[in-house]
Amino acid sequence: MKAKSLIYALFVLLAPVVPVSGSANLRFAEPTPAQSADSVHNIEQIVVSAQRTKISVIPPQTMQGAQLQQLSVHSVADALRYFSGVQIKDYGGIGGLKTVNIRSLGSQHVGVFYDGIQIGNAQNGVVDLGRFSLDNMEVVSLYNGQKSDVIQTAKDFASANAIYLRTREPAFDGDKKDNLRTQLKVGSFATINPSILWEHRLSDSISSSVSTEFMYTNGKYKFSYAKKDGYDTTEVRQNGDVRQFRAEAGLFGRIRDGKWQAKLYYYNSERGYPGASVREEPGKFRHQDRQWDDNFFAQASFQKRLSPLYRFMLNGKYAYDYLHYLSDPRLDVTTMYVNNRYYQQELYFSTANQFTFTDWWSANLAGDVQWNKLDADLRDFAYPRRLTALGALATSIQLPWLDMQANVLYTYVHDNTAGASSAAKDRHEWTPAVVASFKPLRRHKLYINAFYKRIFRMPTLNDNYYTFIGNINLKPEYTTQYDLGVSYDKEFATGFVRNTGVKLDAYYNQVEDKIVAMPTDNQFRWTMINLGYVEIRGMDFSGWTHMTAGEWNITARLTYTYQKAQDFTDPSSEFYGGQIPYIPWHSGSLILGAEYRGWELNYSFIYTGERYESVANIPENYAQPWYTHDMSISKRLRIKESSLRLTAEINNIFNQQYEVVQCYPMPGTNFKFIITFEL
Amino acid sequence: MKKTVLPSAIIFFMLSGFLLNGCRQGEKVLPSTGIEVDPGTDVEEGEITGFFLLNEGNMGSNKATLDYYDYETGIYHRNIYAERNPGVVKELGDVGNDIQIYRDKLYAVINCSHFVEVMDLATLKHITQISIPNCRYITFKDDYAYVSSYAGPVKLDPNARLGYVARVDLNTLQVKDTCVVGYQPDELVISGDKLYVANSGGYRFPDYDYTVSVINLKTFKEIKKIDVAINLHRLELDHNGNLWVSSRGDYYDIPSKTFVIDTETDTVTDTLHLVPNSNMTLYRDSLYIYSTEWSWYTESNTVTYAIVDTDTKKVVTRNLITDGTDTDITVPYGIAVNPDTGEFFVTDAKDYVTPGKLHCYGPDGVRKWSVTTGDIPAHIAFTRTKLRPLEEIEEQ
Repeated sequence: MKAKSLIYALFVLLAPVVPVSGSANLRFAEPTPAQSADSVHNIEQIVVSAQRTKISVIPPQTMQGAQLQQLSVHSVADALRYFSGVQIKDYGGIGGLKTVNIRSLGSQHVGVFYDGIQIGNAQNGVVDLGRFSLDNMEVVSLYNGQKSDVIQTAKDFASANAIYLRTREPAFDGDKKDNLRTQLKVGSFATINPSILWEHRLSDSISSSVSTEFMYTNGKYKFSYAKKDGYDTTEVRQNGDVRQFRAEAGLFGRIRDGKWQAKLYYYNSERGYPGASVREEPGKFRHQDRQWDDNFFAQASFQKRLSPLYRFMLNGKYAYDYLHYLSDPRLDVTTMYVNNRYYQQELYFSTANQFTFTDWWSANLAGDVQWNKLDADLRDFAYPRRLTALGALATSIQLPWLDMQANVLYTYVHDNTAGASSAAKDRHEWTPAVVASFKPLRRHKLYINAFYKRIFRMPTLNDNYYTFIGNINLKPEYTTQYDLGVSYDKEFATGFVRNTGVKLDAYYNQVEDKIVAMPTDNQFRWTMINLGYVEIRGMDFSGWTHMTAGEWNITARLTYTYQKAQDFTDPSSEFYGGQIPYIPWHSGSLILGAEYRGWELNYSFIYTGERYESVANIPENYAQPWYTHDMSISKRLRIKESSLRLTAEINNIFNQQYEVVQCYPMPGTNFKFIITFEL
Repeated sequence: MKKTVLPSAIIFFMLSGFLLNGCRQGEKVLPSTGIEVDPGTDVEEGEITGFFLLNEGNMGSNKATLDYYDYETGIYHRNIYAERNPGVVKELGDVGNDIQIYRDKLYAVINCSHFVEVMDLATLKHITQISIPNCRYITFKDDYAYVSSYAGPVKLDPNARLGYVARVDLNTLQVKDTCVVGYQPDELVISGDKLYVANSGGYRFPDYDYTVSVINLKTFKEIKKIDVAINLHRLELDHNGNLWVSSRGDYYDIPSKTFVIDTETDTVTDTLHLVPNSNMTLYRDSLYIYSTEWSWYTESNTVTYAIVDTDTKKVVTRNLITDGTDTDITVPYGIAVNPDTGEFFVTDAKDYVTPGKLHCYGPDGVRKWSVTTGDIPAHIAFTRTKLRPLEEIEEQ
C-alpha cells in the first residue's frame, strides 16, 4: 500500500470520466485530400458526409461508415489502433481503461471532439476512448497538429493532436420518414450488447435521432504467464465486469445557408477494477474495488452564412460528470477503505466567425469561454473552479497549388479555490501554428504537407489541487511539433486497381516542462512537478488500395510507425536518453477486406514491437512484441425494404498471451456474433 | 483467378502471422547480473560474508527483487531470486517492505503480495509463504516471528480499521495468533518479554495515530499504548534499553522528529526536536539517521543526516557522508551499518520507477563504491552464512 496507493488512487479515481457510445460502423479508406469517398456499395450511408469541401489543409486519417463495421472492434480506441502514429494504452478487457497517445506526446495532449465540441475532463485531462463504442458513429478522424478548417472554434486550435468523433446524421432514402436499426452483439466473457437507433424525419428540414445501447460483460478471461524452463500458470481475470448504458438524442436542422444541431447524451456505468496482476496466492483474496459513473451532457451548434463575406458558428455545452470509487475492506481484506465521490461540471460557449475576403483568402476569428468546477468528498479538498478563455485568429489561403493556414491562439486561465487553499496564479499564453499543403503537379494528387505547432496543456485540476499530491506552482506542459510529409493518391476509372495511395510523414517533437509525479519524502507522498524533457523523432506511413474484379471489391490498408522517443530530462541519470515507457520503436497494422454479393470478409493484423516499461531500457523492463490477428465474416440479406446482417468475429486467432501495460494481461482468442436489422 | 487473390492473401498473412508467433521468443527467467565493485576481502568463519538488499519495486509492477553482495568476491549480484526459483509464479512479488534473517532462513515481507516469503538462507530456495494481508515489518524471538499488518478486523466504521501483529510459529511457519494494536502499525521491536510496535495511522490523515503499542509476549495481549507523536514509523532499541521512535509529522506544520521511550517505565523520556527522522539504524552506541523532507519553496526534497549518541542523546555529527558525495543522492531510502566493520550503506530510490543506487561508505564517511540496484532499493540484511553459488545448487 504506501504512496503508490495514492498514485494508484490517482490513476483509478481520476480515471477518465467520459461517455461512451455505441458500436461498429466504419470501413477503411484513407481519405486522401478531398476525401476519397467510400466507393463500395453502402453509398447511401456515406452520402451525407462525403463530398464535402476540403475541411482541413492537411487531411486527417479517417475511418468512416461501413469501414469500421468490418473491423472487429468494440470501441473507438480499438479502431484507432489502425491509425499510424498512435499508441493505445490498454488495461485489458472490454471495460478496461484505454487511452490514446499520439506521436508520443502523451495522452493529455489529445483533444477529443464529439460532434464538433470537445469532451472535457478538467480533472485529469484524459478521455477514456474505450468507453466510446461505434454504434452510432459515422466518422472517426485523427488530426496531427490540428484541424485547419476555414471556420472552427478556438478549442480546435488548442490541442497538440485531435480526434474527431462524428455521430451519424439522419439521412433518408426517397420519402422514407423513419430509419430503424437494431443490433445485438453477443460474445466471449458473457458479453451482451443490444442497441437501437431510430431516425425520424420531422419535416423537410428537421430530423431527429434517438440511439440507445446497453452492454454487460463479466470480464472473466483466462490468461497465462509462463517462463521458459520456469513457471507456467493460467489464471482467470476477476472483477473485470462492466455494465453500461448509453442514451442519446439529437435534433438536426437545415436552414437557408446554414444548419443547426442539438444533442443530449447520458451514460451510466458500473465496473470492477481487476487491478494489476501481481504475485499473490491464487484465489486467496477477492479484489472488489468498483467504480460508478454518470455522465451527462447537452450541446448545441448553429452555423449560418450571412453574406458571401461573413459566416458564423455558435457552439454551447453543459456537462456533468459523476464518479464514485469504492474500495471496501469488508469485501477485500487486503485493501484499505477508500470511498470517494467526484463531481465535475462544465459550461462552454464558443463563437467562430469566418470572413471571406476573396475566393482564395479568408480569416477566422473565434472566441471560446469555458468554466469547470470540481467537487469531491475528500479531506481538505480544494474545490477548484477554473475559467478558461481562448481567442484564436487564423488566416487561410487556398490556391490551386497551395493551401495554407496560420493562426495564433491566446489562452487565459483563472482558477479559484475554496477555503484556505490557494489557487494557482493566472496564466496568459500565446501559441502559434502554421499548416501548409503544396500541390506541385496540377494533374496529380501529389501533396507536400508541412506544419509547425507550439501548444501546451494546462496542469489538470488534479495536477494542481489533488489533496496531498497537487502542486499549484505548475507551469503548462509545452509541446512543439515539426512535421513534413508527402501524400499521393491515384484513382483509375477502369482496371483491377481502382484507387491506390500512400502517405508518409516525418516529424520531430519536443515536450518541455513535462508534468510528472515525483516522490517526496516517502511513498505516501508524491507530488506533481514540471520535470521532464522529451524529444520524439518519428515517421508515419500508410498505404491503401481498392480493387475491383467482377463483383469482388477488395480493399487493403497498411500502416507503419517508427518512433524514437527519448527522455532527456536528467543528464546525470544512467538512463538519460532512454526510450520513454511503452513506446515501441516499430508498430504497424494491416487490414484486408473483401466483398462479394453481400458477403464480407475482413482480416486485420496489429503489431506492436518491443518496448520498455520504464525509461530504464534494461532487461528487467523489457516488454515483448505482441501481434494479434482478427477476422470477421458477414452476410447482408435484403428482405423487401429491410436488411439483415449477420457477422461472426474471431479475435486474437492464435491466442497470443500478451500485455499492453505491465501486469495487465489481455484476453486470448475470443468470439463475437452480431445480428443487425435495419428498416 | 482474381477471385482467389484476397483469400490467398489472407491465408498468406495468417500463415506468416503464425510463423511470427512461432518466432516470438518464450520469455526467459531473467538471470542475475554480477558487478565487481570491490577487489574483495577475506572473511573469517563467523564474520559477515555478505548482505541481501530488498528492492521494493513500485506498487502494481510486481518488481520486488533481491540483490546480494558477497564480501569475499566483492561482486554485487543483482536480481538473484528469479533464477534460483524459476518455478515460483511471478517471482518475488509486489512491493518488498522488510527483510530479516533468523536462524537458517531469510524472511521477506512482500506488502502488496500479502505474504511473508520464506527462503533458505544458504541457497535462497523458496520454502513457503506465510499469508498475512497487507503485511509490513517482521521481527523474531525464540520460536516465533511477529509481523505487523494493516489489515485488522473491520468494525462498524470501515475507515477506523485497526491493524494487528501476527504471531507465526516458526516450526510450522503458520500464523498462530493475532493481537490487535493501533492504526496501520509499522516497525516492531522486542525488548525482553515486551513487543513494541509503532502505530502510524497513515491512512487516517488528519487523524493520525500517535501511539506505540506494547504487547506482553507471554499472554500475547496489548498491555499499553504509549502516547508519543503523530504518524510513527521506525523503532530502534539501544543497549541502554531505550527505544528510539521516529515520527513522520504531518507533512504540513508538524515536522518529523525523534523520540526516546524508556522500556523500563514505558514512558517518553526525550524529544529530539531537531532530529527529523525518515529512517534510522543502530551501530554500537550510535544511531545513524537520515531524513527527507519535501519543501514547497524549492520544490525538492531536503535531505539531512545525523549520528546521535545513544548514551548522551546528543547529535554527534550532521555529516554522515564526509566527502561531499551526499549530493549524488536524490532520495535516500535505506540505511544500514555493517556491525563488524562499521562501514555503512545508504540507498537512493531516485525517481522510484528506474533502478536506484547503493552507496557504500567507510566508517570515516568516505565513499568506497556505488552500484546500480533494482527499483527502490530499501532494506538490507547482513548474513554470516555464505550464499552458495547457483551452479553449485543446480548440480545437486
